[in-house]
Order: sequence, then structure tokens, then C-alpha cells
Amino acid sequence: MKADGRTRAKTFGAAAALGTGGPTLALTAVVLVLFVGSLAIGPVKLSPLAVAEALAGQGSETARIIVQEIRLPRAILSVAIGGVLGLSGAALQGLLRNPLASPALFGAPQAAAFGAVLAISLGLVNVLSFALPIAAILGAFLSVFVLLAVAGRNANLLLLILAGLALSSLAGAGTSLAMNLAPNPFAVLEISFWLLGSLEDRSFRHVALALPFIVVGATLLMAQRQKFRVLALGEETAQSLGVDVERLRLLVVVGVALGVGGAVAVAGTIGFIGLVAPHLMRPLVGWDPAKLMVPSALAGAGLLTAADIAVRLIPAATDVKVGVLTAIIGVPFFLWLIVRERRALGGGVS
Amino acid sequence: MSTAAPYLVAEKVGVALGRREVLADVSLSLERKSLVALVGPNGAGKTTLLRALAGLVPASGTVFADGEAVAALSVKERARRFAYLPQGHAVHWPLPVRDVVALGRFPHGATDPSRLGPADLAAVERAIAATDLKTLADRRITELSGGERARVALARVLAVEAPVILADEPVAALDPHYQLEVTGLLHAAAANGALVIVVTHDLGLAARFADKVLVLADGRLVLHGPPAEALAPEILASVFRIAAFHGGHDGQPVVVPWSAT
Repeated sequence: MKADGRTRAKTFGAAAALGTGGPTLALTAVVLVLFVGSLAIGPVKLSPLAVAEALAGQGSETARIIVQEIRLPRAILSVAIGGVLGLSGAALQGLLRNPLASPALFGAPQAAAFGAVLAISLGLVNVLSFALPIAAILGAFLSVFVLLAVAGRNANLLLLILAGLALSSLAGAGTSLAMNLAPNPFAVLEISFWLLGSLEDRSFRHVALALPFIVVGATLLMAQRQKFRVLALGEETAQSLGVDVERLRLLVVVGVALGVGGAVAVAGTIGFIGLVAPHLMRPLVGWDPAKLMVPSALAGAGLLTAADIAVRLIPAATDVKVGVLTAIIGVPFFLWLIVRERRALGGGVS
Repeated sequence: MSTAAPYLVAEKVGVALGRREVLADVSLSLERKSLVALVGPNGAGKTTLLRALAGLVPASGTVFADGEAVAALSVKERARRFAYLPQGHAVHWPLPVRDVVALGRFPHGATDPSRLGPADLAAVERAIAATDLKTLADRRITELSGGERARVALARVLAVEAPVILADEPVAALDPHYQLEVTGLLHAAAANGALVIVVTHDLGLAARFADKVLVLADGRLVLHGPPAEALAPEILASVFRIAAFHGGHDGQPVVVPWSAT
């Protein structure tokens, strides 16, 4: 039995060195394919070979400009933003020990958007300054922080969702007010399109704006992952096993705010990736909240990149915004989840 | 036992929740290698005392573990000295039994159950063997019965291999077989050198297994002593408002609560 234990530990150790082994590798491959697809697909279709040539600085000048300057920043952003949204969802679900937790349900993207819109409409920043992600991050941080404070220490999901609803309504009202008071109608139009969530026409300037915050946020969340497993035993027991729960909570809120705020600052509000990604991964890698983190990030990256490719393929007079598409897919999925978990939820909510 | 130096010493420990004093002026000193039952009516402050001893609630007074003030210890060091088994032992995700038990090694730096070092692996295997969970080790915790989950929770606590085990009603809601089994395991842990403090409402089990009984009422320590003394008829009448049958079996005291008074 002891020998069995050791062999098992060894094989699992090898698997753990590769993240969660097979699924992680397969997901990485899928994300890579989608990444290349995102570089190849659009009004001008390019072959993978042409994409590779363009990336290497070869081929026609048109192809180089399309790939390097138009599609590459967009593909990088969709992978980074999808990834950090998936990671944030997995982290919040781990922290709150609840499979229905996600940044969007708690009003974080809406509050980040409000922070950004407020900063723009007050004329504090222009759309391409570093102050914009900082305003968005502050908005997201405030909302998640207030949410956890209002809902209390051992909050059940009902409290969290009610508080999240209140906060996202408030953020939405604040955003509308800022738009009402905006000096010119074109600014309003621009803001409202941006709020729908899109990755169109993003440049490397946008990548530089968002990526540092996203990377720091994701690193912070990843560093906490082992503690989410201990938290499965409840906060008090986790505390007794040497997890500083207060500190963990703060670090997760900061990590989620950095990731979501950075994402919203360049891409507007893109919802439901954080909710959907961990759910898709559980059947593949199991329920362990620590082992779920990397696969959720990859799934998020894949989902958003696929959605961003899809909006280019959908025939429409004007472009469909990717945030609209994720919501159209995400909301029915969320309803299906509620139906599936109705019994467990009834217990948790009462 | 009385010759050993006390491992756990509490001096005037008190806990206030808001303006309400739930625990006041508790002083005690307890040795390793003993099973201590903490009894008292509902709301007497038993759980609060357990939490205060483990440093899980802000408390006045001082608790010393092995001569060092617990409040001055790092979170990890404190977690290595006190293994805490809360009421209910909920596990929120369907984790494999072995991974749950391995969480007991978290204070020792083993943060990833799938990559345990030899010492941590050995401790986990010992805990699994002691609680007879070998055949269930690869099952998910959600597939187990209540009694089996109680054993997993206990294995997780044993895996810490801490000098002090604090267990809050570990046998509540278990059938008689599991009650005796779990209490027996805690008794064995004490025999192996741990100081085991068990909160319980079962005065019969306290009389049967405890080396020492602490009686708590209204947040104060009323009495501590051997079971025969602490569970004497006049204490049961004044603190618990019950009359009990007192007897003996196999050289152990028997206490059976009989009627409310």
C-alpha cells in the first residue's frame, strides 16, 4: 500500500509538472490553433503559411500590415483577456467555494467600466493613457471589495448575488449619468459601443496598456491557487491550517481587479467568460480548485479568441460586438447551470 | 502523568463578542499524553474556548504552548502545534479522500497533495491507516457516508501530527459504532503523546474515555478534574440540571443522564 502510494505520487508528480497533464497540453494546442486562426481570418483571408511568413517579416507588405498591425494585437488581447477572465472566475469560485461565482455576476466589469467612463467624461484621461486602466482597476477593486464587505464573512450565494446586482445596477446608473452629462453626442456613441465589449481595431498601444496589469493580476491569482484547496474545508479550518484568510481575500480581490480592470480598459465589458470557463473544465480536470486554475485560463483564452473569430464570420451589416456574443451564449449557459444546480442551490441559498 | 510539564497553559483567557463576554477568566494547564473532555450546557462557551486556545479568535489573557505565547507564533507555526477539527466537517468540493487528508500537511509546507515529500506522504499514510480509510482513499469525499466523512475529517487532523488536537463535537450525529470508534481513535492519539481536547455533550463518553474533564458554564471554568470528580451528581445537578445514573464497568466510571431536574 505504501509502495502504491509512492508510485501514485510519482506519476501524479509528473502530471503536475505539466499542469494537469493531458487536458492542459490539449488546451494549449487549441489556444495556439485559435491564435493562428485569429491572425488568418477576417475580410482578407490568409493561409497559415502566409500568416507565418507575415509574422517572420516575409511575404507581401499588405499581409504583413494586416497580420502584424491589425490582427496580432487583437489576437494577443483576446488570449490575455479571455485568460485572465477565466482565471478570475476560477479564483473567485475557489475563494467563495461556489461554482456560480464570477466577476461579471458581482458587477466587477460594470464597475470597471464606470471607473473608466467617469475618468473619460470628467476629462481626466484620454482613451489611450495609462490612467484609463488605473481608473477601471479602481472601479473593479472598489466593487469587489464593497461586495465582500456588504455580504459579510460567511456570505452565501444569495447575499453575494444580491449585493452584486445592486453594485452592477449602481455602476450602470453611474455610467449612464456620465454619458448623459457628456459634452458631445459622438462621445456618447463611442462610449456605448465600447461598453458593448469589442476587440476591433486594437493596436499594440492597447496591448501595452492592458497587458502589464493583466499579467500582474494573473500572477497574483496563480500564486494563491493552493490555498483555495485548503479553503474547501471552510474559512475557520483553513485558518487553523495556516492560511491567512483575510490576506488571501484581499489578494484575490486585488488580482481580480487588476485583471478585469486592465481587460475592461481596452476591450469594454466582456461577460460570462469567467463563469463558463471553469465549468467547461471541471469534467476534464476535476473539482480541485487549485488544479482548475490553469485549465480555466486556457479555456477562457480559447473561448474569447473563438468568439472574436466568430464575430468576423457572422454576416451582418455592421460588426457584432464580441461582448454581445459572449453574453448571448453566456446567459443561457448560466440559466442552464442554475437549473442543473437547483437542488444544491436551494440548500445553499436558504 | 502529573509529573510531565504542562504543554498547554492558559492564563486568564477571555473572549468578548461585541459587548457580550462569552468567555472569562479561564486558566488551566494541561499535559500531553492525555484526553481532556470539555463539557458544559449549550452556550457555555466550549467552542469559543477551543477557538481561543487555537488562536482562531481574538482573546484577552495569554495561551502558552510549550512555553511560548501562541499569539506570538507565526500562522504556520501555530498550525503545526494545534490541529483543529471543527463541527460539521464540511468539504465544499468533491475532492479525493487522500487529498483531503493531505491538507493536514499544509502547515508543514506540503501545499500540493499530488507532490508530497516522503515525510508528508508517510504521515498521510499513517493517518489513513489509523482511520481505516485505505479502501476509500481514492474515492471522492461526496461519495462517502456521514460516518466515513467523520473519519476522513479525523484523518486530516491526525495527519498534522500536532502536539495538540482540538476537536469540536467530533461524534455528534454519528451512530454508536462510529461514536466509539472516533473517540477510540482520539484516545489512541492521546496515548501516542498528543494532548487531545474534545468538546462533547456525551457525558457517558467523557466518563468512559477522558483522563480529565473540564466543566464550563456561562463562560467560566467551573471545575476540572478526573471524570468521577467533575461528573459527580451535585455538579450534574447544578451545571447541567440533570440527574444521572452512576455506576462502573470494566473498572471505568459509567454515567448515564437519566432525568432533567
